[in-house]
Amino acid sequence: MSAEPRLVEVRKNVLKQNDVIARGLRERFREAGVLAVSLVSSPGSGKTAFLEKTLTALHSRYKVAALVGDLATENDAARLARSQAPVKQIITGTVCHLEAAMVQNALADWDLGKLDFLFIENVGNLVCPSSYDLGEDLRFMLLSVTEGEDKPLKYPTIFNSADVAIITKLDLASAVEFDEAAARRNIQAVRPGMEILKLSAKTGEGMEEYLEFLERKRTRARDAAVAHK
Amino acid sequence: MHELSIAMSIVEMAEEESARHGGAKVQVVHLRLGRLSGVVKEALLSSYEMACESTPLEGSQLLIEEIPVEVFCPKCETTRLVTSIQWFACPECGTPTADVVHGKELEVFALEIAE
Repeated sequence: MSAEPRLVEVRKNVLKQNDVIARGLRERFREAGVLAVSLVSSPGSGKTAFLEKTLTALHSRYKVAALVGDLATENDAARLARSQAPVKQIITGTVCHLEAAMVQNALADWDLGKLDFLFIENVGNLVCPSSYDLGEDLRFMLLSVTEGEDKPLKYPTIFNSADVAIITKLDLASAVEFDEAAARRNIQAVRPGMEILKLSAKTGEGMEEYLEFLERKRTRARDAAVAHK
Repeated sequence: MHELSIAMSIVEMAEEESARHGGAKVQVVHLRLGRLSGVVKEALLSSYEMACESTPLEGSQLLIEEIPVEVFCPKCETTRLVTSIQWFACPECGTPTADVVHGKELEVFALEIAE
C-alpha cells in the first residue's frame, strides 16, 4: 500500500541559471563601462542593416563590437564585418533565441574594458527571446513599418520586455501607408513610457538622433562605472 | 518554440529536488506560470511529457497555475490586475503603468513526492 504523497515546497525559478549568468554579465558590463544593447525583432525587420549602419557610424569614434545570433548561417557576421568592428557569430543551431550562457561563452576571450559599445543581435523571433535576460543594459525592439502597426498588440510580451522601440525602414512608410500614430499608441499600450525612435538605415533619416541617443546612454553607463570604482 | 528546453529544465530541477529527498518518486510538479513569461501553457504541457521520457519523472504530472498580470498603479498606490495584456493600465483609474508586479513567473513551486 502506498502512503499519501508528500508536498515539498521548492519555489525555484526555472530560468535561475540563466538569470544568474545574466546578472554576472551585467556586472561585467558595468565594471567595464561598456553599454550593452541587445536587438530583438521578427525576422526581416532590418536588424542586420540597422546594426551595420550603427557599427559603421560609431566605429570612427568608439570601440564597438557585436555578437550576432543566427540559427544556421554566418551570413550576418560576414555582412557586419564590413563595418570593420569585431563581430562574432553565435550559431544557435535549433535554438530559437539567445541565452545568457551563449553570450558568456562568446565573450570568454574578449577584454570588455576595451569596449565602449557591445551590440547583441538576437535571433529573429518575437516569442522566445522575451524569456531570457542576456545581461544587457538596454533591449531594443525593432518594428519595421512593413510589419504593420498592430505588431505590439500581437506580441505584447516581447514589447513589454524591451526598453526602447525603434521603428525601422522609415523610407517605406508612405508606400505601405504606415500609421505611425497607431503604432505609437499600440507600443504605449503594451509598454507605457517606452522610448520610441524612428529611422531608416537606408536613407539615414533619423540616424543622427538615434546615435545621439546611444551616446547619451553610453555616457550614463560610463559614469555609473566610474561611480562604482 | 522554446518550451521543450524549459520543460527539460523543469524535469532537471525536479530530479535534483527529489534526490535531496532521498530519491523519492516525483508524482506531481506544481509550476507557477505568468501570463508574461513568454511560455505557452499548452506547448509546455506537451513538451513536458517528452522531457520526462526515460527519466525518473516519467509518468509524473505537471500542474500549471497560471498567474495573471498584476501592475502597480502609481495613482491608486496599489497593485491591480490588468484586464488585458494588450493594455497595461490600471483598470480602475486608467493610468498607464509598466510596473509589473506579477505575471513573469516561471517557477517550480512545489513537488508531490511519494513517501
